[in-house]
Amino acid sequence: MRKAWNWFDDLTGISAMLRPLLFHPVPKARKAAWLYVLGSATLIVFLVQIVTGIALSSAYVASAGQAYATLLFISSSKFGAIVRGIHYFGASAMIILIGIHAIRVYLMASYKYPRQMNWLSGVVLLFLTLGMAFTGQLLRWDQNGFWSSVVAAEQAGRSPGIGNWLGHFILAGDTAGGATLSRFYAAHVFFIPALIFLFLGLHLYLVIHNGISEPPKAGRPVDPRTYRVWYKELLARDGEPFWPNAAWRDAVFGCLVVLVIVGLAIAIGPEPLGRAPDPTLIGASPKPDWYLLWYYALLSVIPRWSEDAVIILAPLIFALLLIFLPFVAGRGERHPLRRPWSLVIVAAIVITIYHYGRMGASAPWSPRLEAQPLPAAVVGTTTGPVAAGAKLFYDKGCEFCHTIDGYGGIRGPDLSDAGDRMTAEQITTRIYSGAANMPSYRGNMSDTDLAKLIAFLESRHKIPVTAVPAPVKP
Amino acid sequence: MTDSGNPAPAPHGPAGEPPCPGCLDPSRRRFLTRLSIAAGTLAAAVVAIPSVAFLLGIRRTPRLWRDVGGVDQFPLGTTVQVAFADPSPLPWSGVTAQTAAWLRRTGDAEFIAFSVNCTHLGCPIRWLADANLFMCPCHGGVFYANGTVASGPPPRPLNQYPVRVAQGRVEILASPTPITTS
Repeated sequence: MRKAWNWFDDLTGISAMLRPLLFHPVPKARKAAWLYVLGSATLIVFLVQIVTGIALSSAYVASAGQAYATLLFISSSKFGAIVRGIHYFGASAMIILIGIHAIRVYLMASYKYPRQMNWLSGVVLLFLTLGMAFTGQLLRWDQNGFWSSVVAAEQAGRSPGIGNWLGHFILAGDTAGGATLSRFYAAHVFFIPALIFLFLGLHLYLVIHNGISEPPKAGRPVDPRTYRVWYKELLARDGEPFWPNAAWRDAVFGCLVVLVIVGLAIAIGPEPLGRAPDPTLIGASPKPDWYLLWYYALLSVIPRWSEDAVIILAPLIFALLLIFLPFVAGRGERHPLRRPWSLVIVAAIVITIYHYGRMGASAPWSPRLEAQPLPAAVVGTTTGPVAAGAKLFYDKGCEFCHTIDGYGGIRGPDLSDAGDRMTAEQITTRIYSGAANMPSYRGNMSDTDLAKLIAFLESRHKIPVTAVPAPVKP
Repeated sequence: MTDSGNPAPAPHGPAGEPPCPGCLDPSRRRFLTRLSIAAGTLAAAVVAIPSVAFLLGIRRTPRLWRDVGGVDQFPLGTTVQVAFADPSPLPWSGVTAQTAAWLRRTGDAEFIAFSVNCTHLGCPIRWLADANLFMCPCHGGVFYANGTVASGPPPRPLNQYPVRVAQGRVEILASPTPITTS
């Protein structure tokens, strides 16, 4: 065995090549050591995505007319469903891990001299990963997938000057159809992965070339003139070989991550498929997967005039900030306590994404078009103007946006106690004049219908009127 | 190039390096460097040009009149969903070759056809017949029956398809997916 290896090694020189990579010295990270596993975990999940992606591609047909059927086929097989599940949860894990990895690097200011290029290649990898997430969600070519391609084209359409061209470029033609899916498939399977390999290679090479950053210490700023010499001395004084002294943590954490992904894939299974991608099934309510929900939500709550700017400029500005960061702040203190703003910025980003992600999940701005007419128990009667008004409340679309006793949408105010809050006159004014987010019903509703609707709304009280004891006469 | 003092100086290596016996003379060196780079660039270009041109080329489709039914099928004043095929569907387009529109008969031989795409971000709008409104499920855009914005984020009225009546049949001009630009 040993002889065979020696023979192989003599012909290939493989150990001479790998030895310096495996045993390159790294600074002892001590208490912070477990913070250094996030990058390698992202890489491990990327490998998981490659393996499961290749397995899926063996059955998936990237044809707009047939992809859906092949997805049903994959999901109907026991292992096919598990592989799809691993790919789905792997995508989520990769987003989470690359996000935390970026935050760790930012908080520890590991992007400072001489590791600016490490940071820049990482920024590119972050955006490529988001690109993989979006295109991958779209390859789940159900109604959501189909309409995601349309929404992507519409968003690109807001670019100044080239919007119309860019939108149709994304659709790969004048209309969303046969050519569209193939384009996203090529992006997801060849184009973006090729770029990821390129930048991943650079990123890993730089990790070896510049050495892994030592944990920051308050009062020990980075000085580009002396840093490399100092770092070399640090390694000689207090370094250890990467393998296995540091690598075991990467292996253990990476294994845990993989086990969680596979466990979720088996226990929960892949994201269920929606209905077929038929553009004439108008019931679709497209929504992005969780990792882009916050952006979807953000686009719903920003003031309308800022929309064009936010759709195009906000991601651009964010990318530019990330790119300029290591040049503007390439030296000086690294410890987060000496850079309190970094803590504030990270907290702001995390809270924003969490808050808008949750908001996106409930989508309060979306009308609930699936709402059903109010049950008689809620209306309180089955005859007379109040019952007729309740029917109008549904028929005229009020219920899609307004809640009555837990039924209906949440875009507009809850009207469960409208009778307590508004007079008939105030209700009429609102129905006739509308608002920024409410259509005006002037000319859209007869006077008799309006009277019934008001009768119904005026009968809405927090405490049912019948339950209030009649005032006792003195 | 500095003079080394020898009567027949050996050719120099790259600038700043000592003379090397096997090295080429500087002008030939420069020529071969440029030749190699030019050869690589040329080979890359002849492959890249058709590939990129194919990738960037947008498939333009003709605008075709599509039959969506007989005139008598559509009662006056009602708005119904009609489906029609893409102007030039690809053989593998399957169900995605279909496009939908909201069609309303407004007169004996007069029709209006609205695109189902919301002008905000392209989601499919629905017609609420009793409310006389179009509503978008994504961000809650609402349009009046005539396609103008009633409320919510849409920046402009619904897009319309040209409609005509020919020999008792209603025909819609199948057109590119409308994209709202800034």
